[in-house]
Amino acid sequence: MSVNELYILTPEIFVAALALTVLAVDLMRLPNGNTLLCGMSSLGLLVAGIFSLAILPDSTRIYDGTFVADEYALFFKIVFLGMGVIVIAMSYKTVETNLERPGEYYALIVFSVLGMMVMAAARDILVAYVALELLSFSLYILVSYSKNEPIVTEASTKYILLGAFSSAILLYGMSLLYGVTQTTSYAGIAMRLDAGLSLSDPVLLIGLVFLLAGFGFKLAVVPFHMWVPDIYQAAPAPITGHLAVASKAAAFALVLRLFAEAFAGVFTYEWAVAVGAVAAVTMTLGNIVAIMQKDVKRMLAYSSVGQVGYLLMPIAALGMEGAGDLLASGLMFHLIGYGLTNFVVFACVSSLSEHGKHNIEDYVGLGRSSPFIGMALTVGLFSLAGLPFFAGFASKFYLFVVVADVAGGIFIWLVGLAILNSLISLYYYLVVIRGMYMVIPDEVTRLDIGKWNTVVVMVLLLGVIGIGLYPGPFVSWAQSAAGGISF
Amino acid sequence: MMGILTANILVPFLGVFLLVALPSGRSNLIRVTAIGIGSLSFLLSVVAFLGYDYKEGGYQLRESYEWLPNIGIGFTLGVDGISAVLILLNGFIFLAGIVMSWAITPRNKDFFILLFLLAAGVYGTFAVLDLFFLFFFYELAVVPMFLLIGVWGSSSDFGYFARTKEYGAMKLVLYLTAGSMLVWLAIIAIFVEAGLGTFNMESLASAELSRAFQIVFFPFVAVGFGVLSGLWPFHTWSPDGHVAAPTAVSMLHAGVLMKLGAYGILKVGMFILPEGAIAWAPVLIGLGTVNVLYGAIGAISQTDLKYVIAYSSVSHMGYVIMGLATLDPIGINGSVLQMVSHGIMTALFFALVGGIYQQAHLRDIRVLEGLAKRMGVTAAFFGIAGLTSLGLPGFSGFVAEFMVFVGTFRTYPFLGVLAVIGAAITAVYILRLMSKVFFGPLDDQWAHLSDPPKYQQATAGVLAVTLLGIGIWPFPLIRVIDVGVADLLRAMGGM
Repeated sequence: MSVNELYILTPEIFVAALALTVLAVDLMRLPNGNTLLCGMSSLGLLVAGIFSLAILPDSTRIYDGTFVADEYALFFKIVFLGMGVIVIAMSYKTVETNLERPGEYYALIVFSVLGMMVMAAARDILVAYVALELLSFSLYILVSYSKNEPIVTEASTKYILLGAFSSAILLYGMSLLYGVTQTTSYAGIAMRLDAGLSLSDPVLLIGLVFLLAGFGFKLAVVPFHMWVPDIYQAAPAPITGHLAVASKAAAFALVLRLFAEAFAGVFTYEWAVAVGAVAAVTMTLGNIVAIMQKDVKRMLAYSSVGQVGYLLMPIAALGMEGAGDLLASGLMFHLIGYGLTNFVVFACVSSLSEHGKHNIEDYVGLGRSSPFIGMALTVGLFSLAGLPFFAGFASKFYLFVVVADVAGGIFIWLVGLAILNSLISLYYYLVVIRGMYMVIPDEVTRLDIGKWNTVVVMVLLLGVIGIGLYPGPFVSWAQSAAGGISF
Repeated sequence: MMGILTANILVPFLGVFLLVALPSGRSNLIRVTAIGIGSLSFLLSVVAFLGYDYKEGGYQLRESYEWLPNIGIGFTLGVDGISAVLILLNGFIFLAGIVMSWAITPRNKDFFILLFLLAAGVYGTFAVLDLFFLFFFYELAVVPMFLLIGVWGSSSDFGYFARTKEYGAMKLVLYLTAGSMLVWLAIIAIFVEAGLGTFNMESLASAELSRAFQIVFFPFVAVGFGVLSGLWPFHTWSPDGHVAAPTAVSMLHAGVLMKLGAYGILKVGMFILPEGAIAWAPVLIGLGTVNVLYGAIGAISQTDLKYVIAYSSVSHMGYVIMGLATLDPIGINGSVLQMVSHGIMTALFFALVGGIYQQAHLRDIRVLEGLAKRMGVTAAFFGIAGLTSLGLPGFSGFVAEFMVFVGTFRTYPFLGVLAVIGAAITAVYILRLMSKVFFGPLDDQWAHLSDPPKYQQATAGVLAVTLLGIGIWPFPLIRVIDVGVADLLRAMGGM
């Protein structure tokens, strides 16, 4: 490796510098600090996106192949930077009313985006782990930025403890895997496994199970989902969106590359069915428990647990015959479609929680008191349930098709269950919509959600409709990006 | 160059955009725009129908655009004889529904937007040749119902039980989406089993799907779509939903939406899974017969005018299902014509009942009496709809039901007898209802009633005349339908 090759790190270095600059500027205590820092960090992330695009995907591998800038990494970099911009834009009003010092808030978001970018580009479990921890630590602090005191303290303590616990499990799994394979690089692991290791080796199996459990915590897979509702409820709504969409997408980006490049060779049918069963339990439990929730963010928390179940299906199918770039693109495209939809929902929830509306009951009559947010939330919820002509419909349909198509349809039962779960989720979304439009409150006070929030929601809404109507370019982008990793 | 079918689907969307841009206060402007778009849409449906050359047959007016090429989803359009007729029906009922909603309040803008989305969904379902888009438009047609019923509908209290509009809306949407989930699974299974990497329906129909697969998955399709066509025992959403719905929504829903279900059974079940359809036909025709009898008996025992019509819809949709399940050319012809006839007839029924309810504020047939003396025009049109319903010669219902009976007698004579009995029961409840509600002595409390506004009378009149027209001279429709049926049966294996 020569120093010249470091250029492929430009976007990452730029984002790190951006975070530090934001912190430094915050120290100056300028008037209009919020506007300035918000603009700075979001523009900075956009510039980092341009840098990422400017570095054409190539095979240059630095640090002995532990970090790459291939098309897969590029895809997720763009996605994460975009998500970072959305989260920052969603936060603007919340920060203005709740925080005196906006700098660290924005800087932490930028740091978390940096962690996510490296997670997608790492090809070594230790690099991936460090990146994951950067993301996690940023999030530990971000979730506690809320005025909702008692539950925030409880929730963030819970989050840190469970997060640390899961990291320990993850590390233990990695050390076991290192013990078996004597390497930490994805390619090296794959080579050693090829040379005659199989899942009947107990250490390898236990190591993989620990790995799955560790990532399970981060992804909120049942039975490791217990932290989700509390933290989603306590965190500021934009950060909840960040947790539900971006951090989850990053964890999936890491797991997808790790499993595809390092372990796909040893996965057996039994392993696939076992992971598929975890996916089945996750989606079913999440959706059923969501029915009983009264707080909107708790409901969305359980619904996102259910969504993780869908996203886990292609992970389960990895290593099976016919699993390839098409399957991976199903996961990647659904991360976009589902992510954007979730952002719409959380942007609405965020602008409503500024008015002290947290429960499903509080949303009664919203169709009258704030027609635009009511409409946007309806679109978002319909899209989450997978109804046309929104992004959630296209991406869910595509995901289910590619999963069902693996190995001659061995997962058709899982897809059937996922479809049934879509119906359950539609029910509790409809309950919210019924409250918004069909229950007429005694008196209607018009809610002023402000120009800024309206613009943010509007842009996201157009995205959800646009992708829903014309997903072609996104899907082919995801597919060609998925071609960058080996299966 | 955009083809006529794309235009058919896009015009309602254009209406959505226009209406979104209009300020909500300008109700008159909104109404005029809605009627303008509705008329344009009807005109286009006529052009599409006339553009279909029945001498040639097969799929025509084809268009194809790439959408998701990597899993073979294309926006492929094309109509055969059957869908050409149904598109015409949709354009007609849709316009009638808009005119009937002239005075809808509150928020007429939102109402028309949802109505347009529904219409686009129906057009799309009839016009596409791609399973993904069939499902896409099918769902698009179902979802607006939730808000249309829940916001603009009416709750009913019958003393010993009450049905709120929220209940009706929720029940309807959950039933229908539960059905569409079965369809969704079946569509994915068909894609995987065929292994062609395409959702194109013609390719899938010619794929070698194993007999066992077809037998397993045909029920998914038949029940999934059957829910929307009111297939017994999955029909219970239909009366509650119709009673809760506002007039125009009932018209569209019973008039065209329920036909989507039957069309789905025909286009996905019979066209793509022919062996499954043949194996399950005896069960399906049995359920259809239950529909006919159960719906008719249900209609006898109802006391609410809208419930009577809703149950009679369940009964009449039974003929549609029976006709399809005969797998006999005459039976299927009758079935499709029954879709048209029932669509117009029920739309007329609901329009008239809506007019009565608007003034009397109730629909209880035990209380309503002698309305003909005050609402002569309504009574006359109701008579036409009623006579169509019981299958009197000279009205469209007779032609359609007669062909279904012939088809049934050729295949399952015993069920044919039962179906005729069903028609007899229909005569009982329709005639009883008419003699009581319209031709009894006039009760003083109804002395203030009068016929609905002129535009509603005119709409009802056009619907009634069409029923008569089809009854007397069904040939222009039949010759087109017949081509479609022949194509279908040829595709199913030369029966």
